[in-house]
Amino acid sequence: MTPEELISRLATDLPKLNLKGWVDKEHAVVELPAANIPELFKFLKTTPDYDFKMFLDLTAVDWFEIRKPRFDVVYHLLSIEHNHRLRIKAQVEEGEAVPTITKIWEVADWFEREVWDLYGIKFTGHPNLKRILMYDEFKGHPLRKDYPYDKRQPLIAETWPVRKIQVKMKEADVIHRP
Amino acid sequence: MSDTLIPGVYQTTKLDRALGWARKYSIFMYPFVTACCGMEYMSVASSHYDIDRFGAGLPRFSPRQADVLIVVGTISQKMAPVLRRVYDQMCEPKWVIAFGACASVGGPYDNYSTLQGIDRIVPVDIYIPGCPPRPEMILDGLMKLQEKIQNQKQDLI
Repeated sequence: MTPEELISRLATDLPKLNLKGWVDKEHAVVELPAANIPELFKFLKTTPDYDFKMFLDLTAVDWFEIRKPRFDVVYHLLSIEHNHRLRIKAQVEEGEAVPTITKIWEVADWFEREVWDLYGIKFTGHPNLKRILMYDEFKGHPLRKDYPYDKRQPLIAETWPVRKIQVKMKEADVIHRP
Repeated sequence: MSDTLIPGVYQTTKLDRALGWARKYSIFMYPFVTACCGMEYMSVASSHYDIDRFGAGLPRFSPRQADVLIVVGTISQKMAPVLRRVYDQMCEPKWVIAFGACASVGGPYDNYSTLQGIDRIVPVDIYIPGCPPRPEMILDGLMKLQEKIQNQKQDLI
């Protein structure tokens, strides 16, 4: 199926899911409310015409101060049988949760933990939602746009005095940081 | 041996010099390899560049048997306590080489996850710049370290 066909057929097959579709650089994109995600994914995986057997990617986008709702959750799917791809987006406000898809694709487990770790988006129904990349003592979510880029959270004290000169220079405003 | 020496001739030296000479040619390295610089380290260690010529050819994979901790690659904040612990487990006398830009100052990773130079948590003797450094540069750094070992005051423990 071409991307255009894919989008128009999806819209007619699933009218009650509020799908909004468009083609972005020859890539089919579908946007829908976050609550409808598990239903759509179950349909896409089990219907032979679509046959999206492979879960490629899950990530998020932070539109801090640019847009409301603040986050996009982005999924990528691939059908090996038919060789077509689909990008699925859902808009999420800060503090809102997204239903998990680990019951449909188990591989999404670590992806959802990563999104929780770096963006702070919760997934309801996830079996083990805790940090995957950062350490447990870490405060905040580092890929959010309001996380200060030069904020450090060291696990052990910086004991060696070599850097004291640098600290002094920073206090004296010798080092310029943009 | 004895018939090549002239009878009655002897040499004198200082204990510091003799110990330094012995120590600089029997460096046992502990390679703490975490990133792509490890490829350069392997190339130096193998036959083409051959750090065995400098007496540093035997990597020990236990910090208790090592003299030189060579930190090869990026150290993240999560890894920092491990590095500190490895350093603490080494026996005196011990030296540290920061291998490459990441180990020296954090390299290109000025962000939340990366330790900005291992000298924040362990004392460093030699910094080897480069991303990654050429094998010749590593040999140069090793010779600088040997010079330092030779000329320092040797602690007798």
